[in-house]
Amino acid sequence: MSTDLVPLAVLMFAVTYPSRAIGLLNPAIDRLPRRALEYLQLVGPAVLAALAAVNVMVATADGRSVFVAGLPWVSVLACLAIVAWRRNLFLGLAAAVVIAIAGRAAGLP
Amino acid sequence: MSPGTATPLDRQTIRAARRQLALDGLGIIVSAAGFGFVYGLTARTAGHFSPVEAMAMSLIAFGGAAQFAAIGYVASGLAWPAIGLLTFLLNARHVLYSAALAPWFRGRSVAERALAAHLLTDESFALAVAHFRRLGRFDPIGYWYPAIVTTLIPWNLATLAGVTLGDAIVEPSRFGIDVIFPAAMAGLAVGLIGGRREIVAALAGGAIGVVASLAISPTIGIIAGGVLGPLVGLLVPSTARGDVGPGEAALPNLEDVSP
Repeated sequence: MSTDLVPLAVLMFAVTYPSRAIGLLNPAIDRLPRRALEYLQLVGPAVLAALAAVNVMVATADGRSVFVAGLPWVSVLACLAIVAWRRNLFLGLAAAVVIAIAGRAAGLP
Repeated sequence: MSPGTATPLDRQTIRAARRQLALDGLGIIVSAAGFGFVYGLTARTAGHFSPVEAMAMSLIAFGGAAQFAAIGYVASGLAWPAIGLLTFLLNARHVLYSAALAPWFRGRSVAERALAAHLLTDESFALAVAHFRRLGRFDPIGYWYPAIVTTLIPWNLATLAGVTLGDAIVEPSRFGIDVIFPAAMAGLAVGLIGGRREIVAALAGGAIGVVASLAISPTIGIIAGGVLGPLVGLLVPSTARGDVGPGEAALPNLEDVSP
């Protein structure tokens, strides 16, 4: 069984860990001004929304990014609505998956 | 109130918050398992990774999107230094997460923070911060449960399943697996929204992310959305119920309260 790519995994760890640790291990973060802390509180919603939106609205083909619309939009919107309404992520994800399965069975893209 | 002397009402608050955390964690277990399975499957079929190589990625690198991208890089024969650079860029958003979590980890040991850093993911960040905000302070279970139980373990078990059994599944999208990740990210974002500021930051982050992705690349788009979205959010006056900062609520020592 090949282990040739294990050092690549170590390299990927080595370039990722500093990003993950820089805030947690840097004591200066405690002395940030209030405005900076307010900014950091908004990072989560912004990054997660960017991840979701890019994932469902952008596809890469032949090295180019293109805008796409389709069934995943409906799934994600349904999940959003259910989480906002019921505050239950599990239910939202279940609805998203059911919609995707049903839609594809019906031939939607 | 001194640390460790929780009143019944306080215990009730903590238990309610932990119940919500456990419930949200179930969704993340499904998401991590589905996404991890597809990763293992893709690593096997598209990247020709061995099970040991795929598992090494999931345990050592432990970065979902970066691992997916690495399959493509390896398959296309990209040099390792270039893969390292692209991985660094793709995971640069963790700088923001790490900085946002740091105030909650104030006073925790260096060893704990160092380990927490390795387990920092989109999912663990979102669940932990939502939990800390509900309580107004740090709670160890609020980080380690999402980091280990809902993300690390299902991600690795699903990777193993995908890379060893995945050949039997021809089209994961038929089973809706491809929508789990974006739906989970969107749902987690909703969990962090407590007022107009967060809504505006999320909408701006999403819009900027898409536009920058189309103009430059998805990696840059996600980082641009994460960096610029909060700046747009700060333009809105704060109205939130969720604006409780670390240490601003007087709650007991949470290590003394069982779930």
